[in-house]
Amino acid sequence: MALDFSNATVKAWRRENGRVGVRNHVLILPVDDISNAACEAVSNNVKGTMAIPHAYGRLQFGEDLELHFRTIIGTGANPNVAAVVVIGIEPEWTKVIVDGIAKTGKPVTGFSIEQKGDFETIRAASWKAKEYVHWASELQKEDCPVSDLWISTKCGESDTTTGLSSCPTVGNMYDKLLPQGIYGCFGETSEITGAEHICEKRAATPEAAAKFKQIWQAYSDDVIFAHQTDDLSDSQPTKGNILGGLTTIEEKALGNLEKIGRTSTYIDAMGPAEAPSKGPGLYFMDSSSAAAECVTLMAAGGYVIHTFPTGQGNVVGNPIVPVIKISGNPRTLRTMSEHIDVDVTGVLTREMTIDQAGDSLIEMIMRTANGRMTCAEALGHREFSMTKLYRSA
Amino acid sequence: MSIPQLLVHDHADNVGVVVVENLKAGTEMICVVTHDNSDFRLVANADIPIGHKVALKPLKAGDTVTKYGEDIGRMVGDAGVGDHVHTHNCKTKRW
Repeated sequence: MALDFSNATVKAWRRENGRVGVRNHVLILPVDDISNAACEAVSNNVKGTMAIPHAYGRLQFGEDLELHFRTIIGTGANPNVAAVVVIGIEPEWTKVIVDGIAKTGKPVTGFSIEQKGDFETIRAASWKAKEYVHWASELQKEDCPVSDLWISTKCGESDTTTGLSSCPTVGNMYDKLLPQGIYGCFGETSEITGAEHICEKRAATPEAAAKFKQIWQAYSDDVIFAHQTDDLSDSQPTKGNILGGLTTIEEKALGNLEKIGRTSTYIDAMGPAEAPSKGPGLYFMDSSSAAAECVTLMAAGGYVIHTFPTGQGNVVGNPIVPVIKISGNPRTLRTMSEHIDVDVTGVLTREMTIDQAGDSLIEMIMRTANGRMTCAEALGHREFSMTKLYRSA
Repeated sequence: MSIPQLLVHDHADNVGVVVVENLKAGTEMICVVTHDNSDFRLVANADIPIGHKVALKPLKAGDTVTKYGEDIGRMVGDAGVGDHVHTHNCKTKRW
């Protein structure tokens, strides 16, 4: 009999803006690439903090700069983060990031390096980071309904077993939890190719369908076909996908879309790293299908737990969001089980139904929300990858 | 029922997926259609790796390959019933 999750609660942190976080990070957040070293020095000085270095943030402009700001601000604003020290090379863009994060009501302070140097910046930022660690470490968890969780999904190193087992497991979870009032998110724009006609039909409104179609078409025209050489089959499906038996993008896409279940419909299609704005429900996010980029964008959108089906064994993690790996491939469970949180190989042997697999994922989501570290967290996977739209000025 | 070696999503499909390791040529596979759990038997004509596809019907170059009841590409070579279907004989229609 299916489990009843309608009154389920988890112990988590209720933030200043009412959102629920399942982790309690004090972030040392670089505005730009050249502030990484100072951030890493601060996190080395003050235990219990985490620096998340990244590759960009200088000379970006237009839509690309907006995406950079949205991603950095969204990361700091995520409810899994208790407080943030922001460090940038100069004060103005640093202030943009600080002001953006401050809208959540959480503690955030910015430091800039010019006319001080790394030493003085690190000294001042370390004092503030230490203050935040003492404060954050005394914050108490409280009972929060499961319906307050924001849960995203993206699959990686897919193979034919993901479409048979781990992706429909995520779909079953959404079919059960979206009616409870959670926020969901799927994306991977290019990887819908071959199933876009089905995805279009799964929109809750004609407006959402039209928005999805416009986003998908633009990605195809402006990214894929604009830069295609001869055959994208060398990249999408990936070499790992092909080793796992996936032959074409259409086959990959149909398996991918199993993640939105049988009954769920999406209420909006949004841009990369955007926060959902139409209330509880499922959202499509325009995003790359590369694992670290996609999870980074969804985390910046405000999602606090990520569910990640894998076939051949993608090992990705995220610095602030626990990434729960689900696999049904018996070879992957045999050769790299240290990466897999939820084993659904029973679906392939017909010893486990999709309904049971979905329940086991929901149980793992609740354990993760209650504090269980995921495989990716235990193994130190903290991939934080900015999506870049075009070259810097 | 024993553990199946091949799973098929939909009755309209003309390929199925090997779901066990070390499948040898000549094995009479237990095949299950996940849509309704119906089963049938099929002999594999080659050693086919886990996750890879097997033709359920005779396929000719130009034929559409159907999985999930949907179009997943076209054959660029022939495959008999029980043969391996992958990048050597099947290709996307998209790019």
